[in-house]
Parts: sequence; C-alpha cells; structure tokens
Amino acid sequence: MRRSNLGFVVAELVLKDFRVRYRNMSLGVFWSLLNPLTMMAILTFVFTKVLDNRIPYYPLYVLCGLIPYNFFTLSWVTGTVSISENSALVKRIPIQTALLPLVSVLSNTLHLAIQLLLVFALVLWYGLPVTWHYLWLPVIWILELLFIYGLALASSSLHVVIRDVRYVVESANLVLFWLVPIFYSFAMVPQQYKSLYEFNPLAALVLATQSVILGHRPPPPTLMWKMALVSAIFLLIGTFIFFRLRRRFYRYL
Amino acid sequence: MDEAIRAENVSVIYRPRGSRRLLRQYLQDRLTGRQAEGFYALHDVSFSLGRGEGLAVLGANGAGKSTLLAVLAGLLTPDSGRVAVDGRMSTLMELGSGFHPDLTGWENLRLYGAILGMSRLEVRDRADKIVEFAELQGYMDQPLRTFSSGMVLRLAFSVAVHAEGDVILIDEILAVGDAAFQKKCHRRLLELREKGATLVCVSHVSAMLEPLCGRGIWLHHGRLVRNGPYREVAAAFTDFISGENRHLWDALPDAPVRTSAGS
Repeated sequence: MRRSNLGFVVAELVLKDFRVRYRNMSLGVFWSLLNPLTMMAILTFVFTKVLDNRIPYYPLYVLCGLIPYNFFTLSWVTGTVSISENSALVKRIPIQTALLPLVSVLSNTLHLAIQLLLVFALVLWYGLPVTWHYLWLPVIWILELLFIYGLALASSSLHVVIRDVRYVVESANLVLFWLVPIFYSFAMVPQQYKSLYEFNPLAALVLATQSVILGHRPPPPTLMWKMALVSAIFLLIGTFIFFRLRRRFYRYL
Repeated sequence: MDEAIRAENVSVIYRPRGSRRLLRQYLQDRLTGRQAEGFYALHDVSFSLGRGEGLAVLGANGAGKSTLLAVLAGLLTPDSGRVAVDGRMSTLMELGSGFHPDLTGWENLRLYGAILGMSRLEVRDRADKIVEFAELQGYMDQPLRTFSSGMVLRLAFSVAVHAEGDVILIDEILAVGDAAFQKKCHRRLLELREKGATLVCVSHVSAMLEPLCGRGIWLHHGRLVRNGPYREVAAAFTDFISGENRHLWDALPDAPVRTSAGS
C-alpha cells in the first residue's frame, strides 16, 4: 500500500467506528456523556455526603480523573482486541496491521473530545478562570496517546498469539482505578510513594489535567519528563513486540 | 520479459498446534521444548510470471492454492524461500471483508476503497463508475443491510476491480452475481489485463478462465506438479481428477509431506 494513503485508511476506519457507534441510538452522543455524569454523581455523593473530604469543586475534580481513566481503559481494551477481531482484514487484505490498534485509540479520542466538553461546561459553571496554561493540555494528551498506542500495539500482538491477554488487560484496568487520583487527592499519598506514583502515565495524565484546570498552573516539569520517558519506552516496547510477532498473525488468526 | 512475480523455493509449514492460543498450551510447549509435528502446505514451489500475463492456479481442495495466494499477497511469511512481487497489488479474496451493514452504500464504498489501498482522490474520481458498474444507482444512500447478498457482492467486486492494481490476486470469486454480471466481470478483468495488469486466479477449471489466463500451474498437496500453458495444465488436471491415464499420476504422493516430530 502506498504511504500517502495511510491517512485516508485511518480516517475512514475511525469514521466507521464513530458512525457505527452512534447511528443506531436515538440519543446518540448523549450516551457517552451519561456514563461519566452518573459516576460523577455517585462518587460526589459518597465522598462528600457519606465520607468527608476537603477537595474543592469535587464534581469537577472527579471528572478530571474519571474521563482520562475511562478513555484509557476503553482504548486499551478495544486496542487489545483490534487485530484479532479484524482477522477478516488481516488475513485477506494487505493492510498495515499496525494501524488497527491506532484506529481504536483514535476512535476513543473522538469520544474523549466530546466528554472533555463536559469538563469545560463545569469550568464555566463554577466560574473558574481559563488560563494560557490550557495550551499544555494538548501536549499532555499527545504524550498519553503515544503511551496508549505503544501499550495497545504490544497487547494486541500478544493477544493474537495468547488469547488470555484480554483478561489480563481487563483485570489490570480494575486495579488501576485505585492507583489514579480520581476520588482521593495526590496530597493524601504518603511522601515515600509519591515519586514512584508519578511514573504511572495515567496518574501523571490526571495530575497534569488537574493542575491545569483546577490549579491554574502548568504541570510540574518532573511529571512531564516522567510521562515523556514512560511513553517513549512503551512505544519502543510495543513496536518491538509487534515486529517480533507480526509474522505469526496469519497462522494464529 | 519483464517479471511481475517471482517465487523461489517457497515452503510453508502448517502445524496443528500453530493455533496454540491458550496460555496453558503455550507454557506446556515452552517447558517441554516440543514442537508439534506439521506438514508442508507448500513445498518448494518456484515459478515466475511476466508483466501482463495471467496465471491460473489449479488443484484439489487443500492443495495449497489459497496459501500460495496469501504468500504472494504478503499476508503470510513463508517458512523458507522468497517471493518478489513488483508493483501495486490489489486482492479480490473474500469480497467485502471490511463492509459494515449499518453504513450506507456510499460509506462502505469509500471505506472499502481506502482499505484496498486507493487514495481519497481515486475513490472520489471513480465512485460514479463503481456504482454504475455494480448497477446500484439509486440504492447507495441505503444502509448495506437492506441490500441483497448479490448486491453486496456486486458492490465489493466493483470497488475491487476499480482499485486497478498492477498485480491482481483473485481467489475463487469469479462466481459473483448472475450470468450477465459474471460476463461483465470477466470483460472488466480482460480489460485490466490488456492495460498491462498481471492476474493470478485461483479457480476451478472453466472455459471462462482461458481468455484470462494464458498460463497455469497445478498444485498437488503443496507441490507444484505442472507449470505451462493453461490449456495443457488444465487438461492434465482434468485427466487426473477423472481418473484417466492413471499410470501417469502414479508418482504423485497421496498426502502432504510431513515434517519430522521434535524438529
């Protein structure tokens, strides 16, 4: 396939995902807002009425963690099964297989963009200032995209060969919910664990988003380099595993 | 003559345990250091094909025809040997993989065109021709699930033959639609060949193949047993299946070659 057409294939596949997801729902895009809204309401109720906490703008705080977390878990799971579920393409058409996990991640990014509108709606509702530091948000998100793509490239390749990978990914996502500052704050994490905690790119993403939106300041530099480092490492690992396993796809699918 | 395809000593081994998909089995094999016994789906196959030629691949079920096509398409890496294909490739195998029933005809056309390697511009330029060829004017705004299966295949075939590859690989799909549409498909493939495209067709022996494919190869349990003008290869193969001139075929093995266990 010629290089110049790669963008076209990716765009068409992402559009397909988007259309298929929303076409048959009478409420359409509203559904993708309902899930974070419900979770936000429940967490806010539990952690402000049942348990006590002093985090300001708690509903917005929860969304700043929940939306990146949802994006991450959905991208990772759909990315993991992207090659095995498209076996009809992989076995019959000379298409760049590495594009399939990328398409999954990008489809979820569209989804994410819609949900981020919810965050901005809340920012305006609370009358919080919108600062120049918002320009950091695209940078943070691009780093996160690279990280997830690397992760999905590795897990989707492994999933073709060993079909247990999907369940490992789903379990890891459950555990991860507690390792990201969604309903508690980073300040509560004991000092000796903080440095290590920041190496989790998902936690870093949430911390950076909170810092920009709620703290009105740029994300801390140490956080940024840790995120960049981990993203680069995972992209390399993903690429390596993909190229090692690619030759086996046809036989295993 | 200018070569479009060259296959040198291509071998592909299938192992029943190749579908070792569970962690338990994977660990078992790793720990015991054992590799399951397999067989040659293709065994030492070599041939070449000039630009603009047509090649028919004949053989019984399980002879390795589809495996050969997958190797030529670059979908399957052979265990040994080399394949070189020169030019842009388009494949007509299992038409419509990638179609989605909830998308409209137009959306599926664009999607399938993109998947088959066409550029945005090419799809835009050829869209009307594709619809006209498929005889689907007036239906394209409807979701694909409202199409009959014949209409779906016509759309898929039409997109695929307008991708205009330099090398076109076709897997048993020449039986698309009714007789009139089949004729049209053959005319279109002939037209592409006259424009200089190289064709490889996996198909049953049929009179319709002759104008399309000047050359033929016959695969038998993964081995190439005849390579020559289509008419001769087809005649030999027909003889073999009908059981005539039995003495000529005594030397042919009646099973694929096995690999030794534990190797």
